[in-house]
Amino acid sequence: MSETRFPSPFEVPTPEGCEGWENLYPYYYLFSEERKEFEESKFWFFDGMHHPEVLYPFDTITSESWWVALGEMNSRVYIVPPALGIDQRVLNGRLYISANAIMDEEVVGARVAHFMERAGYYYEHWGELYEKWQGKARETVEELKAVEVKPLPEMEDLETVRAGRGLTSAYDILVAYNRVIENMHKIWHLHFEFLNLGYAAYLTYFGFCKQLFPDIPDQVVAQMVAGIDVLLFRPDAELKKLAAKAVDFGVAEAFKNDTDPTAVIATLEQTDDGRRWIAELEKAKDPWFYFSTGSGFYHHHKTWINDQTYPFSGITDYIAKIEAGESIERPMDDVIAERDRLSAEYSALLDGDDLKNFNDQLGLARTVFPFIEDHNFYVEHWHHAVFWNKMREFGQIFVDNDFFAEVDDMFYLHRFEVEAALYDLIASWGVGTPARGPAYWPKEVARRKALFEKLSEWTPIPALGEPPEVVTEPFTIMLWGITSDSIQNWLGMGGDEDVADYDLKGFPGSPGTVEGPARVILSADELHDVREGDVLVCPITNPSWGPAFSKIAAAVTDIGGMMSHASIVCREYGVPAVIGTGFATQKIETGQRLLVNGSEGTVKILD
Amino acid sequence: MDPSYILPFESCTEDCVGLVGGKGTGLGSMIRAGIPVPPGVAVTTDAYRAMLGSGRSEGAIDKLLDEVDPDDADGLEEVSQRIRTGIEARSMPPDVEAEIRQGYEELTHRSGAAHPNGDPSTMPVAVRSSATAEDLPGASFAGQQDTFLWVVGADAVVEHVKRCWSSLYTGRAIAYRHEQGFDHEKVYMSVCIQKMVNARSAGVMFTLNPINGDRSKVAIDASWGLGESVASGEVTPDNYLVDKIAGRIARRTVSSKAIEYVAIPAGRRVERAEVPEDRRDAPSLNDDEILALTELARRVESHQGRPLDLEWAVDADLDPPNNIVLLQSRPETVWSGRDRNQVSSAEKSTLDHIVANLLTGVRVRGGKPGPRESGGRE
Repeated sequence: MSETRFPSPFEVPTPEGCEGWENLYPYYYLFSEERKEFEESKFWFFDGMHHPEVLYPFDTITSESWWVALGEMNSRVYIVPPALGIDQRVLNGRLYISANAIMDEEVVGARVAHFMERAGYYYEHWGELYEKWQGKARETVEELKAVEVKPLPEMEDLETVRAGRGLTSAYDILVAYNRVIENMHKIWHLHFEFLNLGYAAYLTYFGFCKQLFPDIPDQVVAQMVAGIDVLLFRPDAELKKLAAKAVDFGVAEAFKNDTDPTAVIATLEQTDDGRRWIAELEKAKDPWFYFSTGSGFYHHHKTWINDQTYPFSGITDYIAKIEAGESIERPMDDVIAERDRLSAEYSALLDGDDLKNFNDQLGLARTVFPFIEDHNFYVEHWHHAVFWNKMREFGQIFVDNDFFAEVDDMFYLHRFEVEAALYDLIASWGVGTPARGPAYWPKEVARRKALFEKLSEWTPIPALGEPPEVVTEPFTIMLWGITSDSIQNWLGMGGDEDVADYDLKGFPGSPGTVEGPARVILSADELHDVREGDVLVCPITNPSWGPAFSKIAAAVTDIGGMMSHASIVCREYGVPAVIGTGFATQKIETGQRLLVNGSEGTVKILD
Repeated sequence: MDPSYILPFESCTEDCVGLVGGKGTGLGSMIRAGIPVPPGVAVTTDAYRAMLGSGRSEGAIDKLLDEVDPDDADGLEEVSQRIRTGIEARSMPPDVEAEIRQGYEELTHRSGAAHPNGDPSTMPVAVRSSATAEDLPGASFAGQQDTFLWVVGADAVVEHVKRCWSSLYTGRAIAYRHEQGFDHEKVYMSVCIQKMVNARSAGVMFTLNPINGDRSKVAIDASWGLGESVASGEVTPDNYLVDKIAGRIARRTVSSKAIEYVAIPAGRRVERAEVPEDRRDAPSLNDDEILALTELARRVESHQGRPLDLEWAVDADLDPPNNIVLLQSRPETVWSGRDRNQVSSAEKSTLDHIVANLLTGVRVRGGKPGPRESGGRE
C-alpha cells in the first residue's frame, strides 16, 4: 500500500468546477511549463501549518511577504551556510513550499565565515538589537495607523489651491495604498530579522540537550526555557484584570445578563462605576485587543478589536471564577519553579566543558525565546489587525463607488489587481467618465467566490514530488517540523501503529494525562461552546484563545509541533496537549470520551 | 564481642560488610532509607566460619584446592563435588542452627498474615548467597552463587543455608577466585533469608542508562513472574527508559516474553512455565508502576550516593501503590568508575555549535531508535 513518491505537481488534476483557478494568483506563483523541469526536481509540501485554507488572492500578501523575507535573511543577510530560502507555489488554491538547501559542500563551507561574523554579531548584541527591534515594530504599526484613506471628493478643497499644493486626492489614495502595502512588506522583513537566528539558537540548545541526555523528552528541554513572561499572554492577562476590576467596581452583574458586548457596554454606561470600567477597557484595548482569534494571516480571522464577543465572554468566565473563589492566575510560579528544578538537576549531572556549554546554550535559548514568542504579537496580531482594517477602508471606498457589493469582496482581488482597480477608479474620477470596475468586478467576484467554495472542498495532498532521502534543511525541520519520519507518515509507511494502544499520535506538546469529553472546534466562532473540563480538539490553537485554556482539560490539534504556539501556551497553562496529530478533527467527534496523554503524545478514543 | 550469626536486614550497616556481604548491607541501607523491601535476615560470615571452622575440615578443603588444576574442567568439577557434598552432609553447629531457626520464625511472625495458609511455619522465603572477600569486601561475585526460591519451613531453610555455603565451591567460583588471585581461605559466605515475593512482574533496573552512562535515566528490564527469568537472560524482557529528573518515560520496548517463573505453593517450589499467549506480548508493567519504580530508584540512588543496579518485583498479593518492592541493590560498576564522557569542548563556542547544528540538520524528532537499552546480565 505504500508509495515512495508523491504525485508531480503537474499530475494533480484540477478539481471539477475549479477550472480557471489559476488566474486568481499572479503568474509567478504557479507551477508552469517554463519551469517544469526545475519544479519537478523539487520536493514540495503543503503548508497547512500557516496557510491551512484556500489562499484569498489578496491575502497572499502574507505568504508572499514571508517568501521574500525568510529567504533573503538566510541567503543574503546572514548567509546561513546550508540554506537559502523556502520557495512557494500555489496549487488548487493551496500553498506548497519547498526548501532550497545548498548541496555543494564547498559553497556551504565558504558561507560559514560570513555567517559567523553576521549571526555572531546579532547573538552578541541580541538584547540591544531586540530592544531596537521593538521600537521599529511599534513605529511600523504607528506608520500604518497614520496612513489616511480618504474618499475622493466631488471637488478638491479650496486649500489645495490656496496652498499651491498641486497634488490631489487621487494621488493621495494611490500613495496611501502603496504605503500600506509597503508597510506590510516592512513588518515582514522585520519578522525575519531575528526569527531564523532565534530558532537556530533555540534548536541548537535542543540538540545539545539530546546529545548530553539522549532520549530526554522534547518537552522537558522546552520546559527549561519556559516561564519567561512573554507578550502573547498579555491580552489574556488583561481580560483577567478587567474581570477583577468588574468585580471590584461592583459591575459584574452587567456581564451575566447579556452576552452581547454592545448591550453590556450600554448597561455599564448608565453608572459611574460602569463608566470607570469602560475607561479601563479602553486603556487595555490598545494594543492588547489587536489580537486575532486565528493566526492573523487571513483578513477574515476575527480580532478582538473588531468583535468583542470573544474577549467579553472571556471576561464573563473569569468573573465567574473569581466569584467562585478560584484562582485565575496562570501557574507561573509553578512553571518557573519546575524550570529551575529541571535545569539545576540536569546541570548537576554535568561537569567540565559540557557544563559550561550547557549553561551558555541554555542562557542563549532563554535570551532568544522572548523574540520567538513576542514577534507573533507584534506582527501577526497587532500589526495585521490594523492592516486588515486599513485595507477595509479602501474596500469601503470601492463599495461606495459600486465596484463591490461588500467591503470584504476586495480580498478576492490580488493586491496588484486592487491597485489596478484603484487606478480605474481615479481615472474615472479625474476624467468624469464611468469606470469599468462597477460592470466588471461584481461579476468577477461572484465567479471567484463560487470557485473558492469548490476549491475549499479539495483535500490538499500533503506533498508533491519525490521526497529527499533525508531531510537536512534546517528551516523546514525547525519551522515546520518536517522530518524523514513525517514524510514516511504521509506516504502511509507509518509502521507498526496497529499494535499501539492509541488512536492518534502527535507531538507531546504539554505533559500530563487527562480523560474528558471531546469538543471539536473548527474556528474561533465556536469557542463559546467550550465547557469546563472539555478536551479541545481543533485544527490549530491560537494564543488568543487564552480564556479557553483556563477551562479545558487538554488540547489536541491537527497541526503544529513542539515549538508551535499551541504547545507553548499549553505548557504555560499547565494543560496537557497532543499537537500535530494530523487528523484529530476528522477522526474525533464532539462528545466522545478521550484519553489524552500529553507526555507521550497519544490520544485514545474511549467510546 | 560474641559472634553474631544472624542480623536482621535493618541492622546491616556499612561496617557489617565483612559479616553480611554487599547484598546484606545494600538491603540494610534501603530499609533504613524507607524503601519498601521484603523483610529478612542475614546469616553472617561468622556462622559460615563457625560451620567450617569447627572440627575444621578446611584443611582438607585447602588440600583439595591446592592439588587441583583450574584449567582441568573435569578435575575441577570433581573436586567441587567432593567439597560441596562434604559441607552439605555435615550438621551445623547447634548454636548456629538454633539462631537460624529462630531468625526464620521471627521473620514469619513479623510478616503476620502474609503467608499462604495462614500458617507461619509455611511462609516461603528466598535463600540467597553472598560471597565476601576479606581483603576486598566490595568485590563483586555477582551471579556466582546460588539462590533458592520458595523455601518453606525451618528445616528447609537450614538445609538451603548449607547449600548456599557450599556454593562457594562450585567449579566456576573456584576457577574465578584462582583467576582473580583471591585467597580461597579469605573468601566467606553470608546468606540472605528474605520473605518471598509472589511476583506478578519482576526484573532489574539501573539508575543510569547502561548503554551510554547517561545518569539522567533509569533503565528498567521487566518480565512476567519472578525476576529469575530476567536475571538469567532466559527471556528478552520489556525495556523501559525513564528520564528520572523529568519523571517521564522516554522510550519503551515491549518484547515477546515466552517463559516465566511462577510459584507453585502446594509443591513448595518455583516452576518455569510458558507464558499464556494473551500475556506474552503485553507490557509487564503499566505506566504508574514504571514511574513508581523510577521514583524508588531515584531515592535509593540519592541515599547511597552512587549509581546502582537494583532488583525489584511487583507483588501480586498487594494493592498499588504498595505492591512495588526492591529485592536487592548493588553498586553499578561499569560507568561509576569512569569520568563522564564530555560530548563537547569549551574550545567550541555556542556559535560553533549553532553552525554545526545547521550543517547537520536539526533533528527535533525522528531518527531510528538506537540499540536496546540493556542486554542480558552477567
